[in-house]
Amino acid sequence: MKARFALRASTPWWRGPLLVGVAALLTILISAIMIRWAGGAPIPAVRYMFISPLQSRFGFTESLLSATPLVFTGAAVAIAFRAGYWNIGAEGQLLAGTIGATWVGLHAEPLPRIVGVPLILLAGMLFGALWALTPALLRTRLGIDEVVTTLLLNPVALLIITGLLNGPWRNSESGFPDSDVIADSTKLWIIWPNTRVHFGLALGVVVIGLCWWFVGKMSGGLKLRAVGLAPNAARIAGLPVERTLLITALVSGGIAGLGGASEIAGVAHQLTTGISNNFGYTGVIVATLASLSFIGALLVALMFGVITVGSFSASRALEIPSQIGQLVQAVLLITVVCALVIQKYRVVWSTKKIEVSK
Amino acid sequence: MIDVTEEIISSSLRIATPLALAALGELVTEKSGVLNLGIEGIMYGSAFVGIATAAQTGSLTAGLVAALVSGAIAGLIFAFATVTLGVNQHVAGLGMTLLMISLCNTANRIMFTADGGQVRVDPWKPINFGGPIFSQYWLTYATFLVAVPFVWWLLWKSGLGLKIRAVGENPEAADVAGVGVAKTRYTAIIIGALFMALAGAFITLAFVGTFTVNIVNGRGWVALALVIFGRWTIGRLLVGAALFSLVNAGQLQLRLLPSFADVPFEILLALPFLAVIVGLAISGRNVPYPGSYLKPYKRL
Amino acid sequence: MNPVEGVTFAFSGGAPSIILRNITKAYGETIALNEVSLDLHAGEVHALLGENGAGKTTLMKILYGLSQPDSGQIEAGGVALRIESPRDARAAGIGMVTQHFSLVKNMTVIENIALASAKTFAIDLAAVRTEIVVASTRFGLDVPPDAIVASLPIALQQRVEILKALMSGCSYLILDEPTAVLGPNDIDSLLEVIRRLRSDAGIGIVLISHKMAEIEKVADRVSVLRRGQVVSSSLANGITSKELVALMVGEQQSGISQRKPEPRTGQSPILVLESVGVARETGGLSDVSFAVRPGEILGVAGVSGNGQSELVNVLSGTTQIDSGTIVVEGRQLGSNTPQSLMRAGVGILGEDRHASAVHALQVVENLILDCVEKFNGKFQLRRKEMLSHCESAISQFEIKASPKQAFGTLSGGNMQKVLLARLFSRNPKVAIISQPTRGLDVMATNYVRSLIAQASKQGTAVVLVSEDLDEILELADRVAVMYRGSVVGVVDHSEASRESIGELMAGIA
Repeated sequence: MKARFALRASTPWWRGPLLVGVAALLTILISAIMIRWAGGAPIPAVRYMFISPLQSRFGFTESLLSATPLVFTGAAVAIAFRAGYWNIGAEGQLLAGTIGATWVGLHAEPLPRIVGVPLILLAGMLFGALWALTPALLRTRLGIDEVVTTLLLNPVALLIITGLLNGPWRNSESGFPDSDVIADSTKLWIIWPNTRVHFGLALGVVVIGLCWWFVGKMSGGLKLRAVGLAPNAARIAGLPVERTLLITALVSGGIAGLGGASEIAGVAHQLTTGISNNFGYTGVIVATLASLSFIGALLVALMFGVITVGSFSASRALEIPSQIGQLVQAVLLITVVCALVIQKYRVVWSTKKIEVSK
Repeated sequence: MIDVTEEIISSSLRIATPLALAALGELVTEKSGVLNLGIEGIMYGSAFVGIATAAQTGSLTAGLVAALVSGAIAGLIFAFATVTLGVNQHVAGLGMTLLMISLCNTANRIMFTADGGQVRVDPWKPINFGGPIFSQYWLTYATFLVAVPFVWWLLWKSGLGLKIRAVGENPEAADVAGVGVAKTRYTAIIIGALFMALAGAFITLAFVGTFTVNIVNGRGWVALALVIFGRWTIGRLLVGAALFSLVNAGQLQLRLLPSFADVPFEILLALPFLAVIVGLAISGRNVPYPGSYLKPYKRL
Repeated sequence: MNPVEGVTFAFSGGAPSIILRNITKAYGETIALNEVSLDLHAGEVHALLGENGAGKTTLMKILYGLSQPDSGQIEAGGVALRIESPRDARAAGIGMVTQHFSLVKNMTVIENIALASAKTFAIDLAAVRTEIVVASTRFGLDVPPDAIVASLPIALQQRVEILKALMSGCSYLILDEPTAVLGPNDIDSLLEVIRRLRSDAGIGIVLISHKMAEIEKVADRVSVLRRGQVVSSSLANGITSKELVALMVGEQQSGISQRKPEPRTGQSPILVLESVGVARETGGLSDVSFAVRPGEILGVAGVSGNGQSELVNVLSGTTQIDSGTIVVEGRQLGSNTPQSLMRAGVGILGEDRHASAVHALQVVENLILDCVEKFNGKFQLRRKEMLSHCESAISQFEIKASPKQAFGTLSGGNMQKVLLARLFSRNPKVAIISQPTRGLDVMATNYVRSLIAQASKQGTAVVLVSEDLDEILELADRVAVMYRGSVVGVVDHSEASRESIGELMAGIA
């Protein structure tokens, strides 16, 4: 008896969501097992992780806060992947954005806020785009695969930050390797009073909306989609494939950099080596789970914000490591991706003869 | 001056060991047409599993075996996702890396660092044949004297290698010739994962003797770049590894020199990564990717 | 592993008959094979005749284990066979030479042959070499063992494929459209080989083809497939060619484009290629020169693989020329990029409609892909305009599709119509059309040919690259023949015949 996969003729509409639901349940199950292994009680832990953040105002707003950088990196990765540009460097681009933002923040004291805020955000975007430039040029001019080049620049960005924090940006008061606090004129407004939810979230939602509109409704977006889906066909139709890839790469880097600026100006207010909690790589997970759709990326980012906050409260209450949150996210990625692929196939059992397979 | 050169060469060999091992593993995998971005994660996972097992059992050998087993399992899962299910290879590989890293960090926290400690073992000692250059870990000798010729023989002289290369170039032709495409890719992926696991085990069991977060530090990605830099041949791959290791070892020495004391050492740490990127830029144009690179094969 | 216990297959005439019974296969909603049954006997050439898409290749893929039927079975000597992979098929004594060869191009002949029998560890290339020599002598098929496959001419590559199949000890050999890629001389050699294998070695040959001439020369038995069903199966001398064609096509062949080809003189050429060359290790183009006048159809004939694809790539802008010039309407093109060609008024219908369009996008989106800017509004694309443009194209070109349908769900013929609509809506001065009717059924073929004729009547210069000599002879005013990357002759329609063109195609004359 042997089993093999055969492509389904057509997929009923309910199979996709059903299998994703199964994947989500499977993830919760696996999370419970891991929590048990980590020494915590599974049911309260699951409750802490997935439900409790939504039950209190504090938990909810903290989730929004945690989700904010992921909204940016999710959008950045989604738009790049849609064009067929495998930007795995969102992490480095976000970090580059934090560098640019910090530089403005440390020198912008005399400026009024109406100038300071756009300036710090702009700096983040520019630095992020710049960080994306080299791999993009290598790809479009020399045909060098961008996966490796974008990847390799991630640790370099972190090293630059470490160098800056150990050197010229070392804290002038405490002597610790974290930067001074940025100027008030560059701090983002809090948009939900008495919480830490800041303007960056609103900005992120706007970015998502712009991406969605551009890719879905504008001529540039149609070209981007064509280049991503079938670059040879696009080329034959006269579309400027390389230029499209270059511009998309820069925009992607810029969005990630903007996310970095949002973190600095909105909540951290200073640069540290831990400024990014794998936001860039998580952005890849977010974009993938959203099937590269922008609205989906927003929703997944919010969900991940909940998981992050939840895992912190779970870890405090139950003495399990807070890394559980990232573990859950990774498991979710694998289960959902497998579910999305499995939904296209059915299992066929074959016996001795070539017979009717039901 | 001679001492410094000897020191640099000696360190280079040590630094190159995990790189060469991981790159050889990725080479075998990519020759069959599959890109394994899980390389960083597999190294991370085997580094942790190796040292954790060694700490619990008191035997470095047990740690090594456990590391290899973890690599094989990771390879199997990755092969199932990409070859059988046809999941996008970028996503599957990255997912594997993120999963392994978070899994090991969590386990590390639970098992070792919850009280602020750190896992520690007595690492392997170098075997000295005279002079700093020939005072290397057994695994370093094994890598360059055994592993490299073995992979060369495997890919270009053995029947399995012929199948792997055929599947990597033209899976349809291989299929029609009766070569099991899926079986060959599974084999290539798992062999690759075993080499990657060796690399990871080397990092914790041979060199540092402990485990910290970020212990692999991007070296998996460097190994990935080395395969492309090497245009999927062993010779050039080793040249790339030598380049990276020399720059890396060089900056270790440079730091000791008074004139370089002021240069932020992070710049020097970043140099090797940049060297790889420059190397790719110079030689990476129009590289001959294996014909079926990144394409899953399904016979309908 | 021999799937049939206790039965061995010997070469000379003792091999049992193979019977395919009630094979059914569906791809999604399309039924490719509907209860097809077929008898194969040793020492007999069984021709499988049918139009493109009739199901011949699908059936043979099932016989060779490359595909699994939804129902039905295969028997040898009365016992059911389990064929789930080419390995099983070969163990059952069935070999196959696929249409597009299953060779790893950058490996040597000997490595390719060794692949089939490679064990895991040492491969004994010396032993394989000896076996090759033995088999070559036995079957009269010489091959150079150490040559890289990509460097061999197509006919020789095919010979390697046949030898490879024979060396695995097959008693049945499936040849899928073997003459599609050969010139007339090589075709004769191949038919000779087929006769030898049948008579001397007692091998049962399944010859898939849609070329009547070859079938007449070698077939002992003929089966006709039409739309997934066997409509006839009889001895070859019991049926005439005319009857076979009628069975194959099914309906009355309507008069086609009614075009009266004639060379144009007097007008100055609108497209001139002068000594165009593309440097490649194998293949490439050298010294290609020709001119096309407005309203003229220049056919480009040649055996597949002699530079036609490179020529199309050059004229579509996907390959840059290394030497020579391209002049459109008197103006020389600086570089032949897709944009510069389009701006000069050169349009393209590529040879692979699957690679020329984005399957996941809608029909309307593909239709305007080469002129997206035209529909650019202030904040978004002017969808309404796009849709009405698409509707008029649908009615004008008789496309059976709706504008928002995903392009990938269209039938081959309709895909081609959309691409033709895209080509002709921009009123190109020159239209480069490659393999326009490949894989299309008779109705679609006729329609496409009449479209091409009509375009030329309206003044478009057409370069028609086609492997179908009938198509070229029907439509072209002049015929340029390509051989080994160069244009070896341009023949006026009045002097063009299968023989004269055939000689040029084969490199003679």
